[in-house]
Amino acid sequence: MPEIELYLLITLMIVGALVAVHTRYLISAVISLAVVGMALAVAFLYMQAPDIAITQIVVEVLALVILIIAVSIGKEVVDIKGKRETLTIGVTALFVVIFALFAYRALADLPPFGSPLMTVSQHYVEEGLKQTGSANLVTSILLDFRAYDTLGEATILFTAILGAFAVLRKIGRKAK
Amino acid sequence: MKNGMTLIVRVIARFVSPMIMVFGIYIILHGHLSPGGGFPGGVIIASAFVLITLSFGKEIAYQKLKESTASAMESVGALIFLILATLGIVFGGWFFLNFLPKGEPLRLISAGFIPLCNIGIGLKVGGGIFAVFLTLILFRLLEKGEGD
Repeated sequence: MPEIELYLLITLMIVGALVAVHTRYLISAVISLAVVGMALAVAFLYMQAPDIAITQIVVEVLALVILIIAVSIGKEVVDIKGKRETLTIGVTALFVVIFALFAYRALADLPPFGSPLMTVSQHYVEEGLKQTGSANLVTSILLDFRAYDTLGEATILFTAILGAFAVLRKIGRKAK
Repeated sequence: MKNGMTLIVRVIARFVSPMIMVFGIYIILHGHLSPGGGFPGGVIIASAFVLITLSFGKEIAYQKLKESTASAMESVGALIFLILATLGIVFGGWFFLNFLPKGEPLRLISAGFIPLCNIGIGLKVGGGIFAVFLTLILFRLLEKGEGD
């Protein structure tokens, strides 16, 4: 059973996400998204995962700065009214019901919180330091056992940055 | 954005940004010993440059680190990572073979090529994210019509 602090953090995250969806101002939406990210970082710390917590908090701060700059370019929020609004709410409610049904069926088979099934990862825990010589187990998995995943992640980041350069280029842009 | 922020912010930023950079380098170099690694360390270094850009304006930040230099940093980091991975084949093994000696655990120079990989990833992430940030700022100035 997870502790009460974790429930509080999860409630804070849900409230932040709801505010981000419902607020009329883009800047408030961005800041409430940052609340979600910060609460997630604290939750990671609480569950004793400092590697993930450091990454989460640092990326969250930088993403907040970049999103604020992007938001301040200034676009108005468009409202959906009338018949289309009803349709949207209906489709969303249907999707939520179906998702909750499948999620309940899938999550019922999971082991209880805090007691993981150590079948594959137990090998890494036992052999990590011996085989790689890295005292930080997370790094030894990221850069030795699962280095292909890290390569893929680096490729994704590289491609995303290339795309941003291509969209926001200065050379070859048509003058208005 | 062009002229930066007030004197208070500038003084604090001048005081704090070197410390943030040193902390980022520490996170990268000790990635195999303590929590952290190439990715968070790189983002921390990028955030130090972002702090300089926001507080002093883009001209001062441009003197410190140009957009093209940041972009080159990213490519060099990615190349370091790939070359280290390929050297595993050269040394008679497979892709991503940890070919360097493991060394004594809990020392700074240990764990084979993992610290070098961390340095490569740190360069790549730091350079890339700061380059995207600079590009966004330049684009915004361009949209407003006050860019060069």
